[in-house]
Amino acid sequence: MSLLSSTVSITRYRVEGKVEEPVLETIADRLKRNAITEIDNDVSEKVVGWTCFDTPFEPDFGGSSFVIGTYIVFSLRIDKKIIPPKIIKKHYTIEMAKRLAETGRQYLSRNEKKMIKEHVINVLILRIPATPSIYDMIWDYENSSLLFFSNLKSANEELETLFSESFNLSLIRLFPYTTADRMMGLSDMDRDVLSKLSPIKFTE
Amino acid sequence: MLDISVSYNRYKFLGNEFLTWLWYVIENDPERIERSEKELISLEIGNRIVLENTRKNALETITIRGDDAGLEEGILALRKGALVIELNLFYKSGDQEWYFTIKGESLNISSLKLPHTGKIETHKDLEGIVIEKAYLINKVIQSIDNLFKQFIKSRVSTDWIEKVVPLIRQWIYS
Repeated sequence: MSLLSSTVSITRYRVEGKVEEPVLETIADRLKRNAITEIDNDVSEKVVGWTCFDTPFEPDFGGSSFVIGTYIVFSLRIDKKIIPPKIIKKHYTIEMAKRLAETGRQYLSRNEKKMIKEHVINVLILRIPATPSIYDMIWDYENSSLLFFSNLKSANEELETLFSESFNLSLIRLFPYTTADRMMGLSDMDRDVLSKLSPIKFTE
Repeated sequence: MLDISVSYNRYKFLGNEFLTWLWYVIENDPERIERSEKELISLEIGNRIVLENTRKNALETITIRGDDAGLEEGILALRKGALVIELNLFYKSGDQEWYFTIKGESLNISSLKLPHTGKIETHKDLEGIVIEKAYLINKVIQSIDNLFKQFIKSRVSTDWIEKVVPLIRQWIYS
């Protein structure tokens, strides 16, 4: 989801740790190393990588293009090839008939059917372009916070994995417990009480 | 320290209690919100509340939606033991307005509609708008954090059982 959309959804994170100095050069280097690659003429079904916020289909992390004001702004791109099941079924049926005619048999073994299906999918994957999904984020490096513009579980999981691999930093998702424990300035005694809380009944 | 996914599930009731408390505060103690937010003009319940009742081993979800929807059914659900799990809010500060939904278990913000920002004509405009949007988003996040801080400080104190819960009960059964 785009930061520039008329309505946005946000998942909040706390970033644990700091990257090596010089910070911007290190971040640029890690973004380049983990930038999205094209899979349109490849057998891969899915690829995940970083891309630029303003040019998501031509990632170029040169200079400080990803720095806006005091923020680091870039995007997660997930490209996925989705083959409609009916297309797989059509080509699978054609291929099966062809194989039966070639061999003069009436039936194919389970293993042969499986291999035909895999072959059909591999051929179709090469012909079908990947569908890109782009999710923007704003990283406030100084305040160790990151806003990710999606609530989708799968997109958040991809973000957490790639972020950790790219920057060697942990992203802590801010939900009720982590927000209370890490962001509210509670004393050690209060945090201890927090960890022992159980649901309350408002009913009589 | 607890595993993240364990703590998410174990303490998600805190977010639902927070939203239920917030509804009570908006209806009964708006001065409390105004005290914590100097620039705030108003914080109101928007056009959607979702409640969930998990008591008696059954899951019941009650959704109230509509701009002029009456909230009596929500109160009735609270009386039966439900908690608010999703709350749409309308926030006004100065002459700017925000609409958004908070989900209790995650505190995720969705359907956030920000005050109007300018049009993008050049790359320089894009940078300006990103900074403006970040400011507007952080403003609403700061407000939620201020409210959550009030809630959690009360929740871990004896005040919660001695004062807050009786007041919420009184509201539910009034």
